[in-house]
Parts: sequence; structure tokens; C-alpha cells
Amino acid sequence: MRARVLIRPKAGILDPQGQAVERALPALGFEGVRNVHIGRLVELDVEDPALLPAMCEQLLANPLVEDYEIDGLRRRDADGSHQNVGPDDPRRSPA
Amino acid sequence: MSRHAELGLTDPEFERIVALMGRELNEVELAVFSLMWSEHCGYKHSRKLLSTLPTEGPRVVMGPGENAGAVDLGGGIACAFKVESHNHPSAVEPFQGAATGVGGILRDVFAVGARPIAILDSLRFGEPGESPRARYLLDRAVAGIGHYGNSIGVATVGGEIYFEPAYEQNCLVNAMCIGLIETEKLIRSAAAGVGNVVVLFGARTGRDGIGGASVLASAELGDASEAKRPTVQIGDPFEEAKLLECSLELLDAELLVALQDLGAAGLTSASAEMAAKGGVGLDLDVARVPLREPGMEPFEIMISESQERMLCVVAPERFEAVMAVCEKWEVNATAVGAVTDSGRLRVLVGNDLVGDLPVAALVDECPVYELEPARPSIPLYPAPSRALADGTAPGETLLALLGSANLASRRPVFEQYDCLVGSRTARRPAQADAAVLMLAAEGAPRPALGVSIDGNGRRVACDPYRGAIEAVLECSANLACVGAEPLGLTNCLNFGNPEKPHIAWQLTRAVAGLGDACRALGVPVVGGNVSLYNEGGDGPILPTPVVGMVGELPDAARAGGLGFAQAGDTVALISARGWAPSLNGSELAKLRGAAPEGELPPADLGELRAVHAAIRQAVRSGALRSAHDVAEGGLAVALAECCVAGGLGAALDLGCAPADARDAEALLFGEGPGAFVVSGVRAAFAAFGAAAAVLGTVGGEALRLDGSHGRLEVGVAELSGVHAGGLATLLARA
Amino acid sequence: MKFGVIQFPGSCDERDALHAASLVGDAVLLWHRDHDLQGVDAVIVPGGFSYGDYLRAGALARFSPLMVEVERFARHGGLVLGICNGFQVLCEAGLLPGALLPNTSLRFVCRQVELEVVNAQTKWTGACARGDRLSIPAKHQTGRYWAPDPVLDELEAGDQVVLRYATGNGFNGSARDIAAVSNRAGNVVGLMPHPEHAVDPLTGSVDGLRLFRSAALLAV
Repeated sequence: MRARVLIRPKAGILDPQGQAVERALPALGFEGVRNVHIGRLVELDVEDPALLPAMCEQLLANPLVEDYEIDGLRRRDADGSHQNVGPDDPRRSPA
Repeated sequence: MSRHAELGLTDPEFERIVALMGRELNEVELAVFSLMWSEHCGYKHSRKLLSTLPTEGPRVVMGPGENAGAVDLGGGIACAFKVESHNHPSAVEPFQGAATGVGGILRDVFAVGARPIAILDSLRFGEPGESPRARYLLDRAVAGIGHYGNSIGVATVGGEIYFEPAYEQNCLVNAMCIGLIETEKLIRSAAAGVGNVVVLFGARTGRDGIGGASVLASAELGDASEAKRPTVQIGDPFEEAKLLECSLELLDAELLVALQDLGAAGLTSASAEMAAKGGVGLDLDVARVPLREPGMEPFEIMISESQERMLCVVAPERFEAVMAVCEKWEVNATAVGAVTDSGRLRVLVGNDLVGDLPVAALVDECPVYELEPARPSIPLYPAPSRALADGTAPGETLLALLGSANLASRRPVFEQYDCLVGSRTARRPAQADAAVLMLAAEGAPRPALGVSIDGNGRRVACDPYRGAIEAVLECSANLACVGAEPLGLTNCLNFGNPEKPHIAWQLTRAVAGLGDACRALGVPVVGGNVSLYNEGGDGPILPTPVVGMVGELPDAARAGGLGFAQAGDTVALISARGWAPSLNGSELAKLRGAAPEGELPPADLGELRAVHAAIRQAVRSGALRSAHDVAEGGLAVALAECCVAGGLGAALDLGCAPADARDAEALLFGEGPGAFVVSGVRAAFAAFGAAAAVLGTVGGEALRLDGSHGRLEVGVAELSGVHAGGLATLLARA
Repeated sequence: MKFGVIQFPGSCDERDALHAASLVGDAVLLWHRDHDLQGVDAVIVPGGFSYGDYLRAGALARFSPLMVEVERFARHGGLVLGICNGFQVLCEAGLLPGALLPNTSLRFVCRQVELEVVNAQTKWTGACARGDRLSIPAKHQTGRYWAPDPVLDELEAGDQVVLRYATGNGFNGSARDIAAVSNRAGNVVGLMPHPEHAVDPLTGSVDGLRLFRSAALLAV
């Protein structure tokens, strides 16, 4: 399976990177933008997606200051293409 | 357009190549020649001039031609150093361009076996007040230098930044590195030993920089998919940190015959030069090169400029030991070829020969061109916008200068650099006129190195010969102020298109000035770099020779400082006979909207050498409390800088200043080599004799300067505020 | 007193820490892949960019084989000092509370700062007195100390705040100007500024030496 993990700063913690981008967008003419936050994306092929939450807790995210979301599980078919796993599939973990 | 013309080779060059090959060339061979015979690798338009520079001296242990030059420090230790440019990549992607510039010069230094101990950089951009692009380039280049230098753990201890309209389209990023090594361990890059293994170690090879040094337009080459698009070189300082330790351990264990870093033109130039220097041949199997991208063509593998890679030559019986060291440092290493006696560079894919080139033709037979210099008949550079009205009072003028982009405090920049790692830094940026790095962690006295990097574009534009001399003198003066005696010099020549007679004239006259100054001061050139064709639609850059100098001082405890240190100290002006500051080519002239034109004062090099020696001696004796060279902005700015650095005012009278200083304004703000502001007890100036003019006393909360201009009086707090804010405000708008 | 300074791939200030420690005792470098602390009395986790700061500063270094030994050593009361990146490693490893986040300015800053000694009872500040001022350089981009407010309250109540940036000296936005914290027992201390760069009068102040001396005094 190909999994994607999104890691973002916990709400309430100052995110100066997000703020910097939020300030820069209007300067380029893009209005109406708020609440910008900068995080990290980790993509990986994983045999047992059930291990993902533990991977996030122990390494991929720092749970003290970050939230993580396992977003998008894609099954790799024999021909090498990826198919999305349905939203109710038990292999998906809640955020 | 013919194939070879697309790759940047002229018709006569191509004909010569075919003649040397004795047959037609295939794609791989043409790619290799186009790179090796490019200006960047072949120095076609500069080699003749560079050969006029003095390169020998009793302290030189490695001269030009190797990865870095080196000077003897005594006690079996040498200092290896060099400066290099990364101008064009920085204009495209300033963060990575500047970062990989630092990475490249670090590799040049550890390629000769020296452990890098410091970095300095010289940057030039367009006008930050007017150009968002200039502010962007400055911000990103500084971030890139900091990112690379800080991450790899080599202190960035000095540098310079200047802004001129002529650099708007073509910024300059020159990076200098110094390192230390036991003299007998200096390693060269000449491949040797038929049957020896050629090992590539470091990062994997991708498509970085393809289309960089070369003029390969990928669109025309076969079916260009998205994946073949040329990419900017991306640096990885963590990879380089491992590469550095690995390389030094390999050398320490005496496991290598030769070492070369991969820079411009990647594997192509590294292998060709190693082979040429050794008078041998090399067989390279590109199928063995570890790749980062699938499906790379042989020519791509040969020209890739992926960073953080080295090439070495290893005797077969040492191969396993080499692999073990690389494994320890988690550095990829692969045998990719062998040394032969064929005198040819053969490129193979497995057993298939895809390129077969005579090494001598690639390197030694590269054409060398005569320049056709002609003095420009019209002004080359437009006048900058006026920022200051004529007739402004001296106090206001001083504040305008101090707050201008070229003279304001660089603290917002240098605080982004780690200047402390390594525990050698006895003088941090802005503490003295040069950086001071100690050679030992303990003991008294504590021998140290003084290092500075200096260039000037505007004054060289006024007069390339005298301007280049001034660049060398500036470096030597900065070293003198920390008590350092110059040992050697490295230079980076940044110029426009040398095929144009007026640029050829600038280059020829500048190199002549550089050579004469080096000879007169007794400072040999141990290496350097040339960056040409720095021009765009708006014209060429200002002719900008950048000079880096390393000197030695016996005791870091007596390295002086630039700021006034104690109320009650006497302030004196030490000037060479014939010091004749003038407003031509000065920062004040620029603020008044003057183009870079006008005659520069002549320099009596013998006289100046003597004054530098006198300053050096006085600093070393501990007799002076401060020493600061009078440079951009002139005497008033130098005095203000001493006040700001020390947090102390001064009450001074210029009445005793030498009569050669024609008029009041020239004395206050005129520029020209040969003057220093020093402070200490009055008795300390006796050693200078007639060269010393006592100006007054340190103390109070203002700089008060009396003279034929009347009275200039500005509070130190105001001077400091303006000085601190000048560049910071501009950076905040980045 | 025998100090051990850990060396990770990407460590920068380990030799500086080694030298500083050697001024008050014996000091050895410990390779991150070893499993042996070589009988040292105190461990220093140095500054730098271990593993390139990949993923998060200190996130990978904390899993080095040697860190397993360090964790055991710390839980048994062994002296551990984490400097800059070392502080980040100790927080990631859970040996110290809180986390280090990017400086508010997002820029790397190298600057001499004045620190105030808040707790002179830890194993690394015994040679100081509460209220002492130490002039020590700081150089980092990811030094903003953060913990949830309840945790910060606990730290302050429990004397686990060791050093604070003196007024006007903080530049990274650290919560409550915290520059250094300790564990409850006071044997593990982490700080962002670099005491190993304040041990030689020729490079600046010598105030940093007091932290190393504090530890050395305990070996008597």
C-alpha cells in the first residue's frame, strides 16, 4: 500500500512559517486568505498500514507539538498502478 | 545552426577538435569537448593574463593549478585556501546557487587534504532600495550561505556585500574557504599508477546542473521528456559533512593516490584533469555510477553537476580499506574505472565504448586566445539615481553615508552565520578589520591567521589598473589592522564578455594592477577563479576583481580591534606620504548620482607597503588600542565606525591632517588607499614619526570633528541607530 | 571526572565540547553507533545538525544505539548535558520535557546572549549562584522552547527551569524566556546556548566553563 501522512503543527502553537506565507500572499495580489499553516508530508509504501499510527507516534511526528493525519491509502495493483482504498476500508486510520 | 555551435564551440574550435581526434565525433565526445573547451573549464580568454601574475614565494607550498593553493605556516602546518564564483547559478536560484557555491569551495579545500576552518563570501547585487529582485537575491543568497556553512559546521567569519545598479541582472556570489593541513600531507590530483582503481564516492548522480556549465539545450536532443529538463544544482550539507570526514580519514590513513572533487562539468572535468596532470589515461564505466534518476544517458552522467561527489585513485590492494572507511561514514563509494597508459579518456557503458578522447587534446590543447583590448570611448555605466543633494551639511552627509546600503551595518546578515564553530574565532565580524582565527586552542602566545576578502567594482570601473591595485591594498590594510602579515592571495576575476574590446581592456588592466600590487607587496597568488560573460541586455557588470588574503600574526591576544576602546585615549590619523583622498569613484559621489568615472589617485606601492608594516608592528606590540583602515566613505565614516563599534564619542580636529588633502570635503569623505585611524596612548604614535597626525581624544557621547569644513557633531547614539538600521530596513522588505 | 561527548553524523560542535570538557577533566568522543559509554561520569550531547536535522531536529539521532545507553544512564542519575542540537535530541527522547520549535523570526541567529541562572542546584549549575549572569553565545534556527502551559507551570514550580534569557536577550521566542531546563532530579540539563564556546578569553567570555566545572566538582 502506498500511504500518505500529513503532519501539521498543533493548533494554538505559534506557526511563524504559516504566518510568513499568510503575509506574503496578499503582497502578490491574492486576497481572502486566512489560517495558513505549514506542515510536512511523508509518503511511503507500507505492507501493514495498521502500523502507521505507531510510526507516526514514535518517529514521523512529535505528538507534543504536532498532529498527524493518515490521508490516502492506495493499493498498488499487479500492474504497478495505484487504486484508492475506499473511505470505509478498515485499513484507513482515523486522524 | 550546426550541432557544435549549439554547444558553444566556434567553427575553428570544432575543426581543430576534429583534427586532433582524427575523425568525426559522436554525441558523448562532442559533449565532453564542448565542456572542457568552454570558458569556464578552459580559461581560454584569461589563461594568458593569469600567467603574468606572481605565483612564487618562500612560503608557497602549493601554487595555482591544484584544487586549492597553500602557504606554509611553519611548524609543519600549511593553510590551503581559494576563492570561487557561483554567479550564474545564484542569479537563477540564489539559495541553492549560493549554498552550492559554498559547498564547492569547501570541497576544493578538503580535496587537497585540508580541514576547512573558515568561510568568507563576497556578494554583489543591484540597488536594494529600488529593486525587489536585489532584496530577494540578497535575502536568499545569505540564507543559502548560512544554511550550508552552518549545517556543515565550518565558521563563516567574514565577507563583504556591495550594491550597484550594474549588478542588477548579474549578481556576484564569490565564496572563499581556508583550511589547515600538515604540509607533508597535501595531496595532489594527478592520477597515477596503471591499473589503479578510480573510485567515485559521495552523493548519487542525477540531472543537476545539466545545461549549467554547458550550453546543452535539452529540447533539441532526441525526445526530451519532462524528466530530462535541466535542473538547478541542489546542495546537501549533511552529505558533504560525511564526505569531508570520509575524505580526510582516507587521506590520514594514506589510502589514496590522488583526489579530486567534482565541480563544474562533473565527472568530465574531474577525470580529464586528473588524467592530464598525471600524463595517463582513464577508462570510465558510466554504467557503474550510482544514479538518482532512471534512464540517464552516458553524456548526462558525464556532465551532471550533482553535488557532494569526489573522485579518487586507489591502488587495488587498498580498495577494500577505502570501501570500509566510506561505509563507516555512510558514504556511497563505487569503483567506476581504472587508470591506463593509453593517454585517452575512454567512456564505456559496461563493455561498450561510447566515447574515446585524447586527454591532452581535452586539457592541454584547449585554445588560448589573445585579448584585443581597447579603452572604451564612451561611458559604460549609467549614473545611479541621486540620493543626496549637493551642499548638504557634513553631519547630514555623514549620516546619509552611514545609513546607505553599501556602508550600513551588516549585522543582520552576519548574524545568520555561525562564526564560532571550531573555537578558533578570536575576532568575530565587525570586531576588527579582518577575521582572526587561532591555530591552537591553548598556550601563550597564541599564533593566528588574519583573513579578509575585498573587492571593488566602482573604483575598478573608474580605472581598472589603479582600482585593482586598491583591492589588493585594501586586503593588506585590513590584515595589518589585526597585526597580520600577508602570506598569499587568491583572486576571483568577475568581468563581462572578454571578446568585447572594452571588457578585454578592463580585464587586461586589472590583471596588470593585481600583478604589480602583489609584486610590490611581496604577496604571491596561489590560486583563484575567473568568471566572465557577466553581462545582460543592460550591459556588463562593473569590472570586479575580488581578492582574498591570508596572513599570520604571532599572538591573537594582540589582534587589535576597530572600535575606540577607552575614554581618554588619543586618536591619530596615520597616513602614507602622498595620501590623496578624492571624491572620484567614492560612495559620496555615488550618493550624489555620479557615474563610476574619474581619475583615481596613484598609489606609491613602496610607501604603502611601509605604512602597512608600521601599522602591523604597532598592533602586534600592543601599543595601539584600536586600528581601522580608512576605506569606503572616507575618513569621517571611518571615525564614525570607530565610535559606533566602541560605543564612545571623540573630540577631534582635522587641522593637523596632511596638506595633500586638497579640500575639506575630500578630506572628510574622499577615498584612496593609505590612511588608518588608530587610538591609544599618545606615546604609541611616536613609532610612526611624521606619518602620524594627532586628531584628538576619545570620550563623550558624540563624534565632534572640527576642520576647514567647520564643525561636524553627531551623537554616537544617532550614528549607531542609522548605521544599525540601514541594511536591516531593506532586508525587512525582502 | 571523565566526560563523554557523543558524535553523530552531522554533529558540529562535538570537538569544541570535547576541548571545553578537557579543561576541567578527561574527555573522550563516543561514536553514536557504539553501545558502550566507556565508563564516563558525564555525557554531553553536542550541538550541530545531526542527520541534517532531517524530519525534525534531533528526531533521528535520538534512535542511535548509543542513545539507548544514555537513556539508561540518565534514568540511573548519570549526568547528561544537551547543548543546542543535543537539547533537541534529549527532548525528542523524552529525557527532558517540552520541544524546540523554529525561531519566531525563522532566521538562524548567532549572537552573544546574557543568561540568568534560575536554578543553581542542578548537577550542571552547582558552581553558579542563583541570579548569576552568564555571557554565552547562542547560534541556532530552531531554538524556541515550548511546552503546554500546565507543563511550564509545573517546571517553574518544580525548579526545572535552569537558565533564562536575560531581559532583551532572547531572540527565538522561547516560552517564558526559558533557555535551559532540567529533569526532575537535576542530572539531565538541556540548553540552547553554547557554553563550550565560552571557555577561552581569546574567543569571548569564559562563563561557559562554569557549567563544565559544576559537573567536574561532583567527581571529587
